[in-house]
Amino acid sequence: MAPDEAKTPESEPEPEPAPEPRPGVASRRSALSRRGALLGMGAVAGFAAVDVGGFAYAGGWLRPEALTPARFTDRFETVYGRHDGFRRNHAKGLSATGTFVSNGAGAAICRATVFRSGATPVVGRFSLGGGLPDQADKSDTVRGLGLLLQSSDGQQWRTAMINFPVFTDSTPEGFYERILASKPQPGTGKPDPKLMSAFLDRHPETAAALKIIKQTPASAGFADTTFYGLNAFLFTNDTGATVPVRWSVAPVGDGTAPAAPSGKDYLFDEFIRAVAQRPVQWRLLLTVGEPGDPTHDPTKPWPPSRRTIDAGTITINAVATEAPGNARDINFDPTVLPDGIALSDDPIPPARSAVYARSFTRRAGEPKSPSEVRV
Amino acid sequence: MSQTATGTTRFAVSMRILHWLLAPMVIVQLLIGVTMVASLTCYPLLLAIHRPLGVLILFFAVIRLVNRVTHKLPPFLATMGPMERRIASWSEYLLYGLLLIQPLTGWAMLSAARNPIVSLGPFRLPGITPHNIDIYAVLRQCHDVFALLLFLTFTAHVCAVLFHTFVLRDRIIDRMAVWPTRKR
Repeated sequence: MAPDEAKTPESEPEPEPAPEPRPGVASRRSALSRRGALLGMGAVAGFAAVDVGGFAYAGGWLRPEALTPARFTDRFETVYGRHDGFRRNHAKGLSATGTFVSNGAGAAICRATVFRSGATPVVGRFSLGGGLPDQADKSDTVRGLGLLLQSSDGQQWRTAMINFPVFTDSTPEGFYERILASKPQPGTGKPDPKLMSAFLDRHPETAAALKIIKQTPASAGFADTTFYGLNAFLFTNDTGATVPVRWSVAPVGDGTAPAAPSGKDYLFDEFIRAVAQRPVQWRLLLTVGEPGDPTHDPTKPWPPSRRTIDAGTITINAVATEAPGNARDINFDPTVLPDGIALSDDPIPPARSAVYARSFTRRAGEPKSPSEVRV
Repeated sequence: MSQTATGTTRFAVSMRILHWLLAPMVIVQLLIGVTMVASLTCYPLLLAIHRPLGVLILFFAVIRLVNRVTHKLPPFLATMGPMERRIASWSEYLLYGLLLIQPLTGWAMLSAARNPIVSLGPFRLPGITPHNIDIYAVLRQCHDVFALLLFLTFTAHVCAVLFHTFVLRDRIIDRMAVWPTRKR
């Protein structure tokens, strides 16, 4: 490092062990003038400053106001507290396994192996929104479904869906603000209405999205819930044609077993019972956008008339308590996509990826405790 | 050690080429790494560059290591004292070690998280550790520490070369030059 070099000039103003066989060089090019030495030192210092400063700036250390993945993740901890070993959001969950059987229809718009006719193993995770790993199940809490489909050629498709037809926020910054505004107040257990309405005034897109979301009340349980991928992705088929797509999974059959809410984990317990009786199925639906449909803003719905391709059936055969090696240890990063699916101009998936990675890294390094939901 | 104080004694041409091939890759890689973990918008894009670039660096680092042990180094300049020579050697070993271990750590850490690693067409790098997030946590931490060490060693290396070149004016940079230098 510099200190070691810095000793050299003091002890040897001229190259030291020096019956030097190069008089010409020394006098003409290498002679140390005070001015030359200072300029040289300036060059070293200048490089060091730009180098260290650039590194620190890029890493966000010199930009305390920048919204980094770490600060985003901190916000979840501010709102929900820190719960070692659990996801910072959708902390309460249940691991599941099953298969996706493709009927081949998806191959018309996407060359990914997963859409060729045939079966692909699935790892899934059912969850409730929020950072509390032991919250009581409530009908109106956001429900999540994470899926990892790994096709035979090793390609992975990961998605994390929720039971809202549109997303609440059009930008990561909006989300970041909203979770603080909707922090439950100690007294009431509800968000501060003043904070929330001030937020909605600033974010009309969220107000509009919430209006749409409220039109569809939550279903009785996980088994009859429709989950939406929300974000738009670009699908490319064998001929190279690319279309924007939003996907969802819709429950097969009536699935209505409206159990009366009983017990802290009634939604999960009911689903565990359902899977024990028979496999639970969803259809994978690919909604194809048309030119002009908003791909950059997941708060905006696409017209209901858009073509929808039924690509096959997802079957959940088994569920398990979250444990090492199962869905607990998977980061359902929505930017992990097979060849044939790509990110669009939607700003949310990149931010989700960055924040999920940070949450994953934090919880991986923390002590783990058993999950609330037991099978 | 023989006194060769002029800049005419160079590293072997293969070493010089590998040095300047790897140097920009490593600098870009460090910058991408530190930028992406602080970015909400560019994270997937930068990650998509970071992973294959890491594989490329590992590939060239192995070649470089083989090339290093099969070639002799030119003697030190007379402008370097015994202590500085020792530090220069150690930091060289450290750099070689980091250039090899850092990509391997990244590869292993992705494996432990069951994340896709790198694919080129149908060719896919396999996982090298079991799916285990405790292992992931340790490797991820190591990846940070090695990155910082690599950055600091790189910074020290460049500062030392600049010091020699611009303060001592001993033309040390000529030893690694792949450009024409003045003959003495």
